[in-house]
Amino acid sequence: MREGPLFKSLGRNGQIALALFSFLALVLVPLLRLLPESAALYPSDYTVTWLGKIMCYMILALALDLVWGLTGILSLGHGAFFALGGYMFGMYLMRSIGHDGVYKSDLPDFMVFLDWKEYPWFWNGTQHFLWALLLVILVPGLLAFVFGFFAFRSRIKGVYFSIITQALTYAAMLLFFRNETGFGGNNGFTDFKRILGFDITSGAMRTTLFMLSAGLLLGSLLGSLWLARSRFGRILTAIRDAESRLQFCGYDTLWYKLSIWTISAVLAGIAGALFVPQVGIINPSEMSAANSIEVAIWVAVGGRGTLIGPLLGAGVVNMGKSWLTANFPNLWLYALGGLFILVTIFLPNGIVGLASTLRKRLGNTGAHK
Amino acid sequence: MSAILVLDDITVSFDGFKALNKLYLAIDEGELRSIIGPNGAGKTTMMDVVTGKTRPDLGKPLFRQEIDLSRMREAEIAQIGIGRKFQKPTVFEKLTVHENFELSLRGKRDIWHALRAKLSGEQRDKVTELVTTVGLRGQENRIAGELSHGQKQWLEIGMLLAQDPQVLLLDEPVAGMTDAETEKTAELFLSLKGKHTLVVVEHDMDFIARLGGKVTVMAEGRVLAEGTLDEVKADDRVVEVYLGR
Repeated sequence: MREGPLFKSLGRNGQIALALFSFLALVLVPLLRLLPESAALYPSDYTVTWLGKIMCYMILALALDLVWGLTGILSLGHGAFFALGGYMFGMYLMRSIGHDGVYKSDLPDFMVFLDWKEYPWFWNGTQHFLWALLLVILVPGLLAFVFGFFAFRSRIKGVYFSIITQALTYAAMLLFFRNETGFGGNNGFTDFKRILGFDITSGAMRTTLFMLSAGLLLGSLLGSLWLARSRFGRILTAIRDAESRLQFCGYDTLWYKLSIWTISAVLAGIAGALFVPQVGIINPSEMSAANSIEVAIWVAVGGRGTLIGPLLGAGVVNMGKSWLTANFPNLWLYALGGLFILVTIFLPNGIVGLASTLRKRLGNTGAHK
Repeated sequence: MSAILVLDDITVSFDGFKALNKLYLAIDEGELRSIIGPNGAGKTTMMDVVTGKTRPDLGKPLFRQEIDLSRMREAEIAQIGIGRKFQKPTVFEKLTVHENFELSLRGKRDIWHALRAKLSGEQRDKVTELVTTVGLRGQENRIAGELSHGQKQWLEIGMLLAQDPQVLLLDEPVAGMTDAETEKTAELFLSLKGKHTLVVVEHDMDFIARLGGKVTVMAEGRVLAEGTLDEVKADDRVVEVYLGR
């Protein structure tokens, strides 16, 4: 059966991949970062930040796979949870700027610009690191819980659910675009200076954020694998394949869907909170409808329902994006659209599916010899 | 004998069409009742009402004379002991046969339990027993989606038994089965009679004859006739709805 110790159940290749990743991200890169900047093997600030950013995208893809791949609930609004997590931590980052803004004021520049005299109520306490971390978890989690409760209780399913998640992220984007909302309008938050008193642009901070991203990626992957292999995970699969059968078996599927949905949103929010200090900006465009659709494409490209696949998908697509936007900036959206069509038609199970098909074919020809 | 399930003048309409029209049906505890009727008679809607999938506009479905099923959610109804098999065999296609049984076994249904749950030795024995009962021994580790149509029918019946329900509602359980499979199913149902209450909707008259017991004929959302198969076959009104004028 699929029960048994988690690490054992990964198989030999899985164990090697996991050990290799841990060594590279948590040991080798940090050690190389101790070399002098002139050394050939020194990973630049740009590189570690870029990789850290991609790992945040990977966590977001993983979060989407928990609901889409495992449970069959396609969210096209996960960008909203990601951005909300980012905004919550961004509030702390804005307050840590202190008096070092352009206007040398107690308030962030955008508030001075709006001629506000004090912080709106929801900024209370955001100067405290721990409170901000709590908000990173609570706000996306609460939004997902309330939204999910009404949607799942009303039995909104399939494409209808996907459409209202698009509406959710679009509505959030419009809200955050308004200056009066208190999150910096269309400019969002930027010009961060420090975290816990340490310079945010320093090499050590870059390395720390990189390692945190890698650690979170590793932890959330192991946690997700554990969930998927528990009976809870099998119940999610059953919801995906025959929800009414499961209800007539006595399971109230509302609570199962709501819990994985909320867990997924919280994970997306945490990824967003790690993303913002690395890229140095958060603005409402993160909540655009197209952004959330892109996340679904990463998952589809990697192979939905496999948990590992979406990480590969997010990595491959984003590396491709970095290369294309640097060399052929106008081609990116066409490439993305084309990729989605190709994957849907030829690779229904994504990269992971392709790999296992190839392995089977090679195995078969080997057997014939 | 007392009635375990009573449908008390149930009316269900969809956009003005009355799928059930003051349907009155009483099922005794431990009986094996067959329900027949032409397409559109409301047989599946009747099961939808009992299992909480459809709410009646009028009337009450009562379990053990006092529990009003129309006020409960599907999962609650399943938990108090009413199981259902769908017309189209519905199993968890991507899970193995064993896992299908694991999720169906009677037991706690909450999330905390699901996170830590492992099958006990006793439960494993129960799965083995059920797998044997429905003729799927040796297939435990196959993915349910790979089973044949008849095997899926049996898997679903087995999953129903795993819940150990007091009442089993079976919507066309032998559709798509071979004669041999149909005969085995009849034997299984006859062996369950008495310990469980069975309500079987079928079109296969030979199967109904094999089951014996009381037959209810439904037409246009209400009961047309009730009695032994021979009695209802001799009823002019029944002949009329089946053969037309």
